[in-house]
Amino acid sequence: MTPVILLSGFLGSGKTTLLQRLLADPAMQGAAVLINEFGEVGLDHHLLDRIDDTVVLLKSGCICCTVRGEVAEALGNLHSLRARGEIAFDRVVIETTGLADPYPVLQTLTAHPVLRSHFRNGGVLITVDAVNAALQVAHRAEAVRQIAAADRIVLTKTDLAEPESVAALRTRLARLNPVARVLSSQDSVADILTGFGPGVAEFAPLAACGAGCSDPTHHHHDHDHSHAHAHHADADGTLGVTSFSLVIEGAIDWTMFGTWLTLLLHRHGDRIFRVKGILALEGEDRPVAIHGVQHLVHAPTHMAHWPEGPRHSRIVFILEDLSPDLIRRSFAAFTGLAAVRTAA
Amino acid sequence: MCSLCGILGCDDHWTNAVARPGVYTRNLDSRARRAETARRLGAANAILSYRRLRLDVWQGRSYVVSSPTGASSVFEALAHLWPEAETLAGRAFDPLDEALIAWMERGRA
Repeated sequence: MTPVILLSGFLGSGKTTLLQRLLADPAMQGAAVLINEFGEVGLDHHLLDRIDDTVVLLKSGCICCTVRGEVAEALGNLHSLRARGEIAFDRVVIETTGLADPYPVLQTLTAHPVLRSHFRNGGVLITVDAVNAALQVAHRAEAVRQIAAADRIVLTKTDLAEPESVAALRTRLARLNPVARVLSSQDSVADILTGFGPGVAEFAPLAACGAGCSDPTHHHHDHDHSHAHAHHADADGTLGVTSFSLVIEGAIDWTMFGTWLTLLLHRHGDRIFRVKGILALEGEDRPVAIHGVQHLVHAPTHMAHWPEGPRHSRIVFILEDLSPDLIRRSFAAFTGLAAVRTAA
Repeated sequence: MCSLCGILGCDDHWTNAVARPGVYTRNLDSRARRAETARRLGAANAILSYRRLRLDVWQGRSYVVSSPTGASSVFEALAHLWPEAETLAGRAFDPLDEALIAWMERGRA
């Protein structure tokens, strides 16, 4: 299965600059690239030095609403060319327009009857402009959805912003998306890519952060960690988007949990931007990780072992205008587990 | 084939993922599949009973959701359970509805 990395970020946030850096790194030499631009004339692909059959320009418009078919077709063509031995690649990077919602592209990868057998979600990488992000997340739903869907966030233009506002932005991003690690464009490509993906890499801090969390390497590294988990009280003026965790003691009935979460996302998936969790299931020694973006939930993965700390299940939700306490009560009622609390 | 969208092989619901390395699933062999299907019917029916609906397996390969008036709907993909049930009930199933939460709590009491 070839990983597909989705590179997104609001208009002017530095996606193409980051893509240039990524592609110049030896680790990314085997990447094929799909570039989507909004507008009549595609420009971004001219900014890339490498133009060959593994660089495909999608120019029918915004990727999330008009060219899902084109994305599927382009990925299918890349796969066919590789199968015939005409090109080689070991991963794909899709650069979206600044207005794109990552969810439909992830949905295409998961639901397309052919693509889903050959490609997998390799992670969502989002650029966030340190100068303009505060305004964007306050007023643009597209920006919030991108941040919520991110597995990793790269802050750009940090050299143009005041250190205090960068620190405030990091705090705000951690509140919006506590499961994404936040890096800077000044970090090395190796740092940006190490452990990147939708899988379990970010679960160690997620599971281990209890009341006594003191690990400065955790994703909420430069702000007060004692508050990093409990964000349901402060919507932060970010279009009503909040995040919180359910912490569950006791083993979960997988079947009822799956039925409950499926129903919850069916009814409220438009307002649940992200679900990510590590679960202790009845009859299982090892934890199981789940990962969803809006209505889409990826195949759950079996983790090798529990991270350090208490073996409590933890599910992080990033959502809009839904009550964390109502979700807690619903989870408890459906699963029959009484020891369920919100946040840390 | 999916009866709603006409796509072949679309019943790859995340709770019933195709077995492959690293993936957690109970979709392992026919025995495990049958056991999980029985558990799934029990879980779904606990919720569906709130609107007097019932889910069963149809001819071993599909599902049928039915109402006490005899109306029923057959579907193949698990992902379609709740849209089909809501169409049959004429009302939504909302897990954040206080009345449904209370129903589930009473069912476990």
